[in-house]
Amino acid sequence: MEELIFGRLTLREIPYDNPIIMATLGGSTMLLLCIAFLIWYHGKWSYLWKEWFTSVDHKRIGIMYVVLALIMLLRGFADALLMRTQQALAEGSAQGYLPPDHYNQIFSAHGTIMIIFVAMPFFIGLMNIVVPLQIGARDVAYPFLNSVSFWLTASSAALVMLSLGLGNFSHAGWSGYPPLSEKHYSPGPGVDYWIWGLQLGGVGTLMTGINFFVTILRLRAPGMTLMKMPIFSWTILVTNVLIMLAFPALTVVLALLALDRYAGMHFFTNHGGGNLMLFTNLFWIWGHPEVYIVILPAFGIYSEVAATFSRKRLFGYTSMVYASVAIAMLSFMVWLHHFFTMGAGANVNAFFGIATMIIAIPTGVKVFNWLFTFYRGRIEFTTPVLWTLGFIVTFCIGGMTGVLLAVPGADFELHNSEFLIAHFHNMLIPGALFGYFAGYAYWFPKVFGFKLDEVWGKRAFWLWIVGFYLAFMPLYALGFMGMPRRLLHYDNSHWQPYLVVALGGTLIIFGGILCQILQLTFSIRNRAQLRDETGDPWDGRTLEWSIPSPPPAYNFARIPQIHTRDAFHSMKKQARHAEEVDYEAILLPRSSSLGPIMGGLTFVLGFSLVWYLWWSAILALAGLLGCVIVRSWDEHTEEELSAQEVRAIETALRHPNASVSYAEGLPIQKLTFERHPLP
Amino acid sequence: MKKWIIPWTGALLLCPSWLWACTGNCGDQWAVLTPRGMIASHEKTLILTALGLMLLVVVPVIVMTFLFAWKYRASNPRADYAPDWDHSTLIEVVVWTIPTLIVAVLGYLVWISSHTLSPYRSIVSKQPPLEVQVVAMDWKWLFIYPEWHIATVNQLVIPTGVPVHFSLTSDAVMSSFFIPQLGGQIYAMAGMKTHLHLIADQPGVFQGYNTQFSGQGFSGMMFETVATSREAFLEWVHQVQTGGLVLDRITFTALEKPSINEPHRLYSLALPDLFDNILSQDTTLRTMTMMSPSPAPMAAIED
Repeated sequence: MEELIFGRLTLREIPYDNPIIMATLGGSTMLLLCIAFLIWYHGKWSYLWKEWFTSVDHKRIGIMYVVLALIMLLRGFADALLMRTQQALAEGSAQGYLPPDHYNQIFSAHGTIMIIFVAMPFFIGLMNIVVPLQIGARDVAYPFLNSVSFWLTASSAALVMLSLGLGNFSHAGWSGYPPLSEKHYSPGPGVDYWIWGLQLGGVGTLMTGINFFVTILRLRAPGMTLMKMPIFSWTILVTNVLIMLAFPALTVVLALLALDRYAGMHFFTNHGGGNLMLFTNLFWIWGHPEVYIVILPAFGIYSEVAATFSRKRLFGYTSMVYASVAIAMLSFMVWLHHFFTMGAGANVNAFFGIATMIIAIPTGVKVFNWLFTFYRGRIEFTTPVLWTLGFIVTFCIGGMTGVLLAVPGADFELHNSEFLIAHFHNMLIPGALFGYFAGYAYWFPKVFGFKLDEVWGKRAFWLWIVGFYLAFMPLYALGFMGMPRRLLHYDNSHWQPYLVVALGGTLIIFGGILCQILQLTFSIRNRAQLRDETGDPWDGRTLEWSIPSPPPAYNFARIPQIHTRDAFHSMKKQARHAEEVDYEAILLPRSSSLGPIMGGLTFVLGFSLVWYLWWSAILALAGLLGCVIVRSWDEHTEEELSAQEVRAIETALRHPNASVSYAEGLPIQKLTFERHPLP
Repeated sequence: MKKWIIPWTGALLLCPSWLWACTGNCGDQWAVLTPRGMIASHEKTLILTALGLMLLVVVPVIVMTFLFAWKYRASNPRADYAPDWDHSTLIEVVVWTIPTLIVAVLGYLVWISSHTLSPYRSIVSKQPPLEVQVVAMDWKWLFIYPEWHIATVNQLVIPTGVPVHFSLTSDAVMSSFFIPQLGGQIYAMAGMKTHLHLIADQPGVFQGYNTQFSGQGFSGMMFETVATSREAFLEWVHQVQTGGLVLDRITFTALEKPSINEPHRLYSLALPDLFDNILSQDTTLRTMTMMSPSPAPMAAIED
């Protein structure tokens, strides 16, 4: 009976005996309670619910995605710091301070969180904010679906966070290879947290992929042919095609592993005809395109930043587009390079090795095109430009070591070593994260109406880049010394100095993160000085800069007619954007509580499946189905803003005195989101 | 800010100290760069050749980045400024051609080396290969010498100058068998047999690892590889055969229990079919054509 009600959930699942976890748990619970109390104290809960949680506005959903990514970045980074400290200490007779079980969970969580809950939501947030603005659309194709996608991602992130305090997280690595991740070797709830965290978030991502694919293909402003589309939107289009093609493979492989674990099947087990090689193949058929899913959007950001701050057109636009498409197609033909050491024949290894190297060609072309965008430009060294330059230099090194690993004969010596760790961090930190940071600084004034503080932004950049080199170059050296990845403890005193330097680098990166926190704090405090009233603080080239910052709910009062690439730049040259226009009535999607409700139900579903609470799993599933039915019958999903209201909002927005921002709270929502008479 | 750029750049470029190590003046701790066997030597040469080829394009790009960024800074009014310049067929041809050429050369290198360094390819030698069967267990390595009826845990002893043919499987989860100074690694997987051919050219003690994370005891799943002269090897075999410990059904069942940081142990072998039993008990009978060894050695490696 007790099992029927509580499944395998008992109070013993709270790790009382682990002081590190309990302290973290206590601290974060206190912090959450404080935040909740402060929101209540200022009476903002209803504002948050009405204006943010239930919003289907792509800009607000985008902001929530980025906030989620930044919070998860702190968690993922804390994991990194714990690991680096452990490895710097645990030589010879010293055992470090982490027990194996905890350490193994930390590196599994670090990988899962950084890829799925930092990189993914960060670029999805940026693309939510920017893409409709860049292509001259009023929202995405399916605004409500967008909200559901966000809440699925947020609830699976919450599920992963919960594993810290209730039960444990997977200790089978972020890639969860069976048979280690099978029930026989991992009977606890950890792997199940991992499965459902990835699975439910993955469904949200897949829906986002469909949403933005349709948005970009169907909602571009008249005259914007595909080859006139801003390059960031192009990379996002390619990324979303990758999402649609790759994520189903993840869904399937996780479903099969779940069937093994829950229904006693034998897809990947040692016994009963299972074969772990099926898992590794399916996992990396998703996993390799996933790398490009997180990197291509950053490539797009670098292109925008390079052109804007060189005060020049992007060099080789057509090449850039073809290179992105080529990278996307090739990304599906290289997955086997993650396991050259599995014993495939020489022909197979050689094929995948060469296919992998071929990706270096379009990538190399992109690098050259960025360089020639800077060439004969007038480069302003703003924070986004620093991130871009830091990226180009660092990424070349990472690309080189990547091509090295693509040589099967070399990979046999370097696979699964610290060299590999250094390599993929060398791709993902400059290749993805630096790009997101550049995009964050670049589009921040568009979203909030004031710039980020440049001084603290530059400090953050220098600490990050110096910290990066100190943290990861020693790992390349350790790879040449034969050090395997994921070691809890080692007996080789030659390794320790390098690991200590790596810890030092990680601490410097920590300084960079602190600078970013300070940057945000100071920028909000000094927003009056940092205010941008033009809507175009960088002398931008693309459409998002043609509208006020922050943009009204409908983005464009009149959808612009596009004639050229860099549409806004040519509008400015011809001074066309200031024309008096006739306003028209605009249909806006209505907010819906169903998004957060479905997110909540998804969380309950995941939680119930982890703990074998079958009754609540069934209820949650029924609830989700109910939400879909309710939504399907809802005929009032849009509301109209009359032409007079649009005119009033536009007049107010273009008057400096009426300029308002999210940071100040209510006025903007009065102006833009409700149909009240205007002040 | 600017005065900081140069010292930092200098410090950062010096940081990858392995570049120095590549010159060869380094101790044995640089396992990958101090090969003690033919396969590892070839792999090291391959790594350095590929790195060298890539530096041909990577170094100019990095230099160009600094150069362009500096020359075309907004505060430099003397530099050209061409705001609408966005295409040059010549540059496009060059930037597509250079990476393509480098990749073509590397691709050729990959094709050749994938075949010559295939772990499944036997090493041509006058000496018949030593057969060693490797079983990854939770969390130790079991080495079976079927021809000599002995088995060892966490210690591998091989004669120098004699090719060694490893057949590998796992009694538990997937592991990866790796002796950096002798040559590249291969996975050991339950129910499947993989192969690896290595040779030690010099005597010595080389660290061996499991590089594939395998659970709680992963960090302690290491072994030492002792390469000795042929005579010393035979003497060692004789000692083990008569040493007292016997690997029989009971000992093996005890050994199968997960254990951490196992010391090395030597057994005479009372279970002649142990490896095949481990291989088949974990699975229904099935043949993995992909996993079967190449029937005949391919063209000889130049030694």
